[in-house]
Amino acid sequence: MAFVQDAPKDSFRLGMLIYDTRYRSITIQVVVLILFLLFLSWLVNNTAQNLAAKGRTFDFGFLWMRAGYDINQRLVDYTNDSTHMRAAFIGLLNTLLAAFVGCIIATILGVVIGVLRLSKNWIVSRLMTVYVEIFRNVPVLLWILLAATILSETTPQPRDFRQTPEMEQAGEEPKASMLFGIIAVTNRGTVIPEPKFCIGKPQAECDADPNEGGLGVIDLGIFKVSLNLLALLVVFGGSIFVNSRITKQANATQEATGIRPVTWWKSLAVLIIPSAILLWALGLHFVVPELKGFNFVGGISVLHSFTALTLALALYTAAFIAEIVRAGIMAISRGQSEAAAALGLRPGRTMSLVILPQALRVIIPPLISQYLNLTKNTSLAIAVSYMDLRGTLGGITLNQTGKELECMLLMMGIYLTISLIISALMNLFNRAVKLKER
Amino acid sequence: MAEQAIDLSKMTISDEVAVQISNMNKWYGQFHVLRDVNMTVHKGERIVICGPSGSGKSTLIRCINRLEEHQSGQIVVDGTELTNDLKNIDKVRSEVGMVFQHFNLFPHLTILENCTLAPIWVRKIPKREAEETAMHFLSKVKIPDQAHKYPGQLSGGQQQRVAIARSLCMRPRIMLFDEPTSALDPEMIKEVLDTMISLAEEGMTMLCVTHEMGFAQAVANRVIFMDKGQIVEQNSPREFFNNPQSERTKLFLSQILGH
Repeated sequence: MAFVQDAPKDSFRLGMLIYDTRYRSITIQVVVLILFLLFLSWLVNNTAQNLAAKGRTFDFGFLWMRAGYDINQRLVDYTNDSTHMRAAFIGLLNTLLAAFVGCIIATILGVVIGVLRLSKNWIVSRLMTVYVEIFRNVPVLLWILLAATILSETTPQPRDFRQTPEMEQAGEEPKASMLFGIIAVTNRGTVIPEPKFCIGKPQAECDADPNEGGLGVIDLGIFKVSLNLLALLVVFGGSIFVNSRITKQANATQEATGIRPVTWWKSLAVLIIPSAILLWALGLHFVVPELKGFNFVGGISVLHSFTALTLALALYTAAFIAEIVRAGIMAISRGQSEAAAALGLRPGRTMSLVILPQALRVIIPPLISQYLNLTKNTSLAIAVSYMDLRGTLGGITLNQTGKELECMLLMMGIYLTISLIISALMNLFNRAVKLKER
Repeated sequence: MAEQAIDLSKMTISDEVAVQISNMNKWYGQFHVLRDVNMTVHKGERIVICGPSGSGKSTLIRCINRLEEHQSGQIVVDGTELTNDLKNIDKVRSEVGMVFQHFNLFPHLTILENCTLAPIWVRKIPKREAEETAMHFLSKVKIPDQAHKYPGQLSGGQQQRVAIARSLCMRPRIMLFDEPTSALDPEMIKEVLDTMISLAEEGMTMLCVTHEMGFAQAVANRVIFMDKGQIVEQNSPREFFNNPQSERTKLFLSQILGH
């Protein structure tokens, strides 16, 4: 029988806190923590003293006060009688809109450019290289300013679209014409057709009504939700569910018989027809912008500041995403595609079954940081006076109320929250595609 | 190999031609890799190709399933000529299996999925049937119990045996081996060679680039020696090792068998 003996213990000496590896790291951590807490308390104390010396308070009461300024792009109701909080909310929505649209365009462009840069076609791959090098090596602020300048300086005035009777007699065309006859790009903004719904009324009557028509809207207090859109989402969601069942069935058939049934036309029908019927029943039609007097009436006006910001950010970030995609595909060794080819798999199948599933795990983590970059870069909106969170809460509200500390802390908190949410969502996706090796 | 019941040297080789290569040339840019290669492989033949590195032996067998393109001459595999026609390439690739030096298993798929991927998507075989076939060949290479693991969890020798099973699942008529044991630890080489020997005993047509001279002596019915992109000498293993004809072959053999 063996005795279990404790290892001989040294008697504890104070010097061991520094020289003994067992205690050393704990000692260092405790010291750092104490220093950090001291610094923090000094910071808070200093701020409080300075605020008191200037006779100012630290409170967020201003958020419930009247804002008193207008915002040119509102996704939900807002007037200058609304509160500062409401103004910040409008700004937040504008930030999110620019970030969302920007991320989508950047991803599509980036993936296409990244894949094309690997193309065997010399001219195509060189062109893509030129794109990437030009866009990622010039500061994004310059791209935003350039886009805004091009949009406002080179576009015609609304009156250039007019054809006067004299011009008609002389057989002259107006200086500018609408894109496809429905989109007007003017120096005041881009006017696009507006979707309107109409049930059981003559169309002209619906068009005269400033409201959306159709099923109308439901007021949630903070913002209104379009019931038409909600109905469309429900129907389309149902279609996607049915489509996933079709795919599952096709998989089952393939497992059982080896032959994959052709389902693309079924999927297409299921995805399109129900939504199309719903839209027809709701009386969907588009109000095309029309030149009346000196400006366009009807349609939705998209601000150039929004277009410039979103486009510039998307083009700039797409260059980085292209490089990430290219690196991801190149990281998969040639042996993988050779092995797939030797087994008789065609290049398209090799890409979807062998290369992409492996490339995605290399692509996604750096892709997350590109999305975060784009989202945070929307704060450059100030350069083209797009009213995002920085322009409302961190701009006019801050200047009017003089609550710098509160506004800055709020903004930092909001940007931090957005970033953390994006990163959490992408990490979930990353976990789904991660290589299960062990 | 005491349990080896079949004497490989007495196995019959049919007159049918499996691979016919005539006046084949290949360049990498300015570099002439393969010069006027002529070679006929009959069904059931077991050919070992050896030679110094850079002699073009890997390139030669990679031309047989068009992983490399040849620039002139003719390659006919099982009656199908390899041209730029995609249909011919697909046909040849589905009949020719290949095992690589670095295994090239798909790391994101399990062993079983590695073995069923091509049968399901290329041969259009029902999944269950493909899985049964896969399990059959995995038992044959003696690793059925690893079927649900990922390649990264297996040793090198096991991975190479999976790679062999993966090729066999496509039921190829010809197997190409590109230095299958060169990336393995010494004690794992034997398990892979044993698998290849049992394959030979079943009458598989095999072309094997390898430095395993013991394997060549035991299994091959013909040894081809290549140097500088040309076939220098080919003979039965006994003649090749005991009575080499060219000076180059003698030098190579003295270096490789010298210690």
